[in-house]
Amino acid sequence: MAEQQVHMRVWRGDANGGEFKDYRIAVGEGQVVLDVIHAIQAQQANDMAVRWNCKAGKCGSCSAEVNGKPRLMCMTRMNTFVPGETITVSPMRTFPIIRDLVTDVSYNYQKAKEIPAFKPKPKESDGTRRMYQEDIDRVQEFHKCIECFLCQNVCHVIRDHGDNKPAFSGPRFFVRLASLEMHPLDSNDRMELIKQKAGLGYCNITKCCTEVCPEHIHITDNAIIPLKERVVDRFYDPIAKLMGLFSTKNK
Amino acid sequence: MAQEKYETHEYDVVVIGAGGAGLRAAVEASAQGAKTALVCKSLLGKAHTVMAEGGIAAAMGNVYPEDNWKVHFRDTMRGGKLLNNWRMAQIHAQEAPDRVLELEEWGALFDRTKEGLILQRDFGGHRYARLAHVGDRTGLEMIRTLQQHAVHKGIDVYMECNLQRLLTDGGRISGAFGYWRESGKFIMFKCKAVVLATGGGGKAWKVTSNSWEYTGDGVTMAADAGADLMDMEFMQFHPTGMVWPPSVRGILVTEGVRGDGGTLKNTKNERFMFNYIPDFFKAETAETIEEAERWYDDKRNNRRTPDLLPRDEVARAINSEVKAGRGTPHGGVFLDIASRRPADYIRKRLPSMYHQFKELADVDITKEPMEVGPTCHYAMGGVRVDADSTATTVPGLFAAGEVAAGLHGANRLGGNSLSDLLVFGRRAGLYAAEYAKGISGSLTVNSDQVESLARDMLAPFESKGNENPYTIHSDLQECMQNLVGIIRVESELNQALEIIQKLKQRAKNCRVEGNRHYNPGWHLALDLHSLLTFAEAATLAAIIRKESRGGHTRDDFPNTDAKFAKVNIVTRMRNGEMTQTQEPLPEIPDELKALLEEKK
Repeated sequence: MAEQQVHMRVWRGDANGGEFKDYRIAVGEGQVVLDVIHAIQAQQANDMAVRWNCKAGKCGSCSAEVNGKPRLMCMTRMNTFVPGETITVSPMRTFPIIRDLVTDVSYNYQKAKEIPAFKPKPKESDGTRRMYQEDIDRVQEFHKCIECFLCQNVCHVIRDHGDNKPAFSGPRFFVRLASLEMHPLDSNDRMELIKQKAGLGYCNITKCCTEVCPEHIHITDNAIIPLKERVVDRFYDPIAKLMGLFSTKNK
Repeated sequence: MAQEKYETHEYDVVVIGAGGAGLRAAVEASAQGAKTALVCKSLLGKAHTVMAEGGIAAAMGNVYPEDNWKVHFRDTMRGGKLLNNWRMAQIHAQEAPDRVLELEEWGALFDRTKEGLILQRDFGGHRYARLAHVGDRTGLEMIRTLQQHAVHKGIDVYMECNLQRLLTDGGRISGAFGYWRESGKFIMFKCKAVVLATGGGGKAWKVTSNSWEYTGDGVTMAADAGADLMDMEFMQFHPTGMVWPPSVRGILVTEGVRGDGGTLKNTKNERFMFNYIPDFFKAETAETIEEAERWYDDKRNNRRTPDLLPRDEVARAINSEVKAGRGTPHGGVFLDIASRRPADYIRKRLPSMYHQFKELADVDITKEPMEVGPTCHYAMGGVRVDADSTATTVPGLFAAGEVAAGLHGANRLGGNSLSDLLVFGRRAGLYAAEYAKGISGSLTVNSDQVESLARDMLAPFESKGNENPYTIHSDLQECMQNLVGIIRVESELNQALEIIQKLKQRAKNCRVEGNRHYNPGWHLALDLHSLLTFAEAATLAAIIRKESRGGHTRDDFPNTDAKFAKVNIVTRMRNGEMTQTQEPLPEIPDELKALLEEKK
């Protein structure tokens, strides 16, 4: 691919408003959207605000909406667009704007604080912690989360209804809750929180979160649905409820 | 009073940097009862640690029971070409296993052995499979575990807050000053102790695995406050960074690829590493392909493949192969695991490498070899610290992780960084809290000092000059890449110094557009001071060390020199000028010396 010019439309502004601005810039071989944003920043708009760190899909900092689709800019190759196509880049819509492509994601850090910590059960009699790979595979899938918050951004429960935010933790934290609930060593009970404060019931499993996950975590199938089943078993199944009187948490 | 003019917070301990070392330090300081703040330039959980791939080196002996701290100590010292601080290497090897197990108590889930214990993988320079890991995303597991633990301990976190200068009162720490990235407003911390956990300065080079955060600010803040720097000539060029396409050049390819069976080849399909075994490692390295192949399964009776020599050796070998015309057209060599391990195994062990090459380079690593070449990765040098307490030469200032010098000597072994963060992060938090307890009475910050800092930091908005900070940064990267790279020579180092001096002048004429509200152009203009300080210290030290050792290779002095085997190069900032001296290494006790001399 020879070097070519592209037409980028990048949202510029702050909490008081803003607009798309047009930039024409050369694109080099193999470049991703983040490279192009950096080139605009270095050559045409030194003050353009954008978050990034690893540039390799590992840190989850450069989330944005590229042609309306929630993406990591560092993992979106320029050659995936039709030559000559105008490419728009805008900030994640679900979070308040700070400036340009940078949004206020503090909602997520607040939700993280509300989840009761990991609490390990006692050690084995030989002083070790024994866990088998097949028992942790499903939890390791959840631990792949890079906290890009694209799943939070795309979830219509809060994307279209910001007033749900206080009562809804969002897909990222359902994944976190599932990872704790399924952790072979954990002994904390978070079921009441999952049902009430985290608002799992708001989710009607449209799988938008799963579709945008850059780590390909099966958020809906492997985290949300099993959590919903556990809520049903705990709170609505009369036999399980009776059994619950005689046993502690069933991992 | 300056204090009232700016947002001001008071703490016992302020930890700067929230990667592995900073998080671990904050957790410890807080556990010791110190009122602790954790301040970081990015959002929490995005620090460089998140990118670490291969694992945490710790002699737990889960895979090879004969492994123990003594072997790990020996490997670390030999990997560092014996220039390491022996006491740090000893503490590190002894305490690393406990620090790994502690992560498990906090919820981390490492890959398991068949017996249900933490699995350990092979890595360069380690005699036994020693790295606790989670596929090739160990850093993510580590940072998330520490982050969640810190959050639940209620530690105050200041995110996207960039501290620029340390404040001192009568020569000891009294605070730190910087700005919020979002609002651009100034913020001041008054505190008894500061822990620097800011990482290195690899962003001064062009081909680098480092993120925008790696601007050498910890090293610079320490030097500006009067602390000693040490070993600044030693930069690690990781042998395997991506080389193609150009936009991804420098992105890291984990050493785990070689640990899990991958080999390096040139365009003649030769496993060229067999031609580059130095005398220093001859006794412990396989001489034939047959022996190397047997070693993967039987380490007791065979010696390690030269593909897993320490990083400095492998990086130099790749560099030589490319120079000799046996490199790929894109200037790298081949790293092949596709022809050596089943596709399922590769995807399971190296999922993020699979993903990275597939998405960014259109290469399927289960079917084709990768193209790789050296990338600037890690600073062995940094702030000089006391081995036990991590105290710097400035009272109240502590340093841990990449920003500190000593543990790794002239070259760091893979896997020893994550363990370094945990072991010395904890110690920094512990001793900073202890120090803070011993300080009574109130500390004052000098309001004139603060006023002058604030004026300097706003200067780029009022500058009459027309320098673009991005251009200066890119000129510096070009200079360091070409003149202070893997292979160095005195004339080029002198040339680099001249360029750095000119860039320092140009940096004074930086002008930024826009206002203080989340303005990366302004942030970069302010970071130029630390980038240039780091680059200057590295170049000056490289001129003084007239020998080749570890991460410092001199074309004009290609051998090690016994004279230089006994000294560290120490850098000090005095009245705005850098001075450098050669100072003797601490004497290693005989019983530890004996461990180094054991063959194989």
